[in-house]
Amino acid sequence: MYVYDQYDQHIIEDRVRQFRDQTRRYLAGELSGEEFRPLRLQNGLYIQRYAPMLRVAVPYGLLSSRQLRKLAEIARNYDKGYAHISTRQNVQFNWPELEDVPDILAELATVQMHAIQTSGNCIRNTTTDQFAGVARDELIDPRPWCEIIRQWSTFHPEFAFLPRKFKIAVNGAVSDRAAIEVHDIGLEAVQNAAGELGFRVSVGGGLGRTPIVGSFINEFLPWKHLLTYLDAILRVYNRYGRRDNKFKARIKILVKALTPEVFAERVEAEWAHLKDGPATLTEAEVERVSRFFIDPAYKALEDQDAALAALDAEHPGFARWRSRNVVAHKKPGYAAVTLSLKPTGVAPGDITDKQLDAVAELADRYCFGEVRNSHEQNIILADVEQSQLFTLWNELRELGLAVPNVGLLTDMICCPGGDFCSLANAKSIPIAESIQRRFDDLDYLFDIGELDLNISGCMNACGHHHVGHIGILGVDKKGAEFYQVSLGGSAGRNASLGQILGPSFAQDAMPDVIEKIIAVYVERRSEDEQFLDTFRRIGLDPFKERVYAANH
Amino acid sequence: MQRIIKNDQVVDESWHLLPKDATLDGLSNCDDLIVPLALWREHAHALKARDGGLGVWLDADEQIEEIAEDLAHFKVIALNFPAFTDGRHYSSARLLRERYGYKDEIRAIGDVLRDQLFLMRRCGFDAFAVRADRDPYDALEGLKDFSVTYQAAADDPRPLFLRRG
Repeated sequence: MYVYDQYDQHIIEDRVRQFRDQTRRYLAGELSGEEFRPLRLQNGLYIQRYAPMLRVAVPYGLLSSRQLRKLAEIARNYDKGYAHISTRQNVQFNWPELEDVPDILAELATVQMHAIQTSGNCIRNTTTDQFAGVARDELIDPRPWCEIIRQWSTFHPEFAFLPRKFKIAVNGAVSDRAAIEVHDIGLEAVQNAAGELGFRVSVGGGLGRTPIVGSFINEFLPWKHLLTYLDAILRVYNRYGRRDNKFKARIKILVKALTPEVFAERVEAEWAHLKDGPATLTEAEVERVSRFFIDPAYKALEDQDAALAALDAEHPGFARWRSRNVVAHKKPGYAAVTLSLKPTGVAPGDITDKQLDAVAELADRYCFGEVRNSHEQNIILADVEQSQLFTLWNELRELGLAVPNVGLLTDMICCPGGDFCSLANAKSIPIAESIQRRFDDLDYLFDIGELDLNISGCMNACGHHHVGHIGILGVDKKGAEFYQVSLGGSAGRNASLGQILGPSFAQDAMPDVIEKIIAVYVERRSEDEQFLDTFRRIGLDPFKERVYAANH
Repeated sequence: MQRIIKNDQVVDESWHLLPKDATLDGLSNCDDLIVPLALWREHAHALKARDGGLGVWLDADEQIEEIAEDLAHFKVIALNFPAFTDGRHYSSARLLRERYGYKDEIRAIGDVLRDQLFLMRRCGFDAFAVRADRDPYDALEGLKDFSVTYQAAADDPRPLFLRRG
């Protein structure tokens, strides 16, 4: 992974100093609450329902074991002994004291971490595929490009006060695990016919209260122009994006208002001035950054299919875990393992300080000292030798990190919701738990198969409900917490947005509602058809009829 | 008399900033004036004929393209921040410096506070009329927030990747 040099380190240390002084001035009354607010947000600090919440940046999801241990220490010393993996691959602490935040940032800086631009109306953490660099279907490793974008976006002087937040995602594989089409900018690394590297550029995708799938405005942007082109897009947005209404301020509204074609023309016109300018990327820089992402010292190994099959036969639990939580690796004899942070009874994405320390230890022993966070709120050991999978599984079981549910209904994406977040209309964690409890039969869960169930506590859509195969949205109905259900969303390639099933439901009705939806799928599916396929074939009506039948 | 930050120092202000609805009536001939864009649009000829110094100010929704042909007439271009969270004029300042080659003073006016000065200077502002209820000497500290920067901007056309040793 990328390692800071003196320049990178200076920048985050300067930030700690700056924020320490800002906090001091706020506490001394020299900065008003209103003036401090955008400053603290650009440092990931929210004032929440019970305490501040600090969101720590994990650039494109990569963490070293040393960083994990530091996060564990912070969870112990400044929080209530746990942390939360967010849907932007970041890490959140729910209980720090405002006065302690400068010290926490100073601690983070010792392991090359920070909270820069994890909130606020600026360019946020760039996200990517959690299997970057190891996926079999990868064409181009997106990580060097993510790092180049991270440096470009960090304290970009022109774009610190955009109309609204701004999210960029990069994909370099056949499958789009980074959900690029629902980002403000989505970049897909591609090669043209001549074998040159470039990017397909999508703009104006996003969730929130106006969910839109992005439009591709450039089919091949040569790599060296990446930053000048991003500058051009951001400049058009900064100048012309709406600022009169917070809910119409995302770039998607501007792209829609102008039409993608006209927006693309504006960007081209701006870019014409910037293209080939001093911000044009050099081969030397791309090489410098890429050197941090070359393969670790893999051994020459063979795939262990027969040995693993024998273990499967002996240990059904291992077989189940392997079928859900282990994926193929580009190197023979290796595998990528997902540690599920979705056991029933734990808020999705939460992890304790002890588990963090243990995962660091496992990373050191099994995985070259590195892990990744996924936007599905799990943790991945990406480089495990297949011959060690069985011992790893046993260790993970003791840690409660081997629940074999990755990609299944109970592996939900879920925002912190009304239990923590002051924006939420409704709680989301108890809904997740009540559904997990209803679907506690592993055989049934496996039979249901691949299913993304996403829960957001409000229309800001942190839980990505629009792109869940089943999406649940907390709404306020005359002061009571209700839940709206949508079906058919998808965050993958050819992304789609869910369709609303009908009137919302009370909290205690939700397990029944989900059960009925699943029953319709199980009855109507043809062989090997996944939930999303069945939904696309039969449409909303059969689900609607079943779910609302009881009310007639 | 208001004091402003200019070229990293606190100095006495000698220019008069005219309100948005200012008219030609009773305009001083000799004072240094920063006039609103609307007045410049209407009365450019008369304003150029004055003996005093001339500057213009743009509100956050006014585009610098409107004055791109006229830059030689202005000793000061002031860009207004109705709220410090309105970032449009960061782009305007860069365009003035980097695209239109404007060399004279670019001044931030309005809700101008210490914690934004470093970024503003990077974009090409060299004068800051810090909000009247704040101490400009305190605000000066904001110009020292960072010792290293990643991007190309008006203060340095070379991004860090061209400067890394």
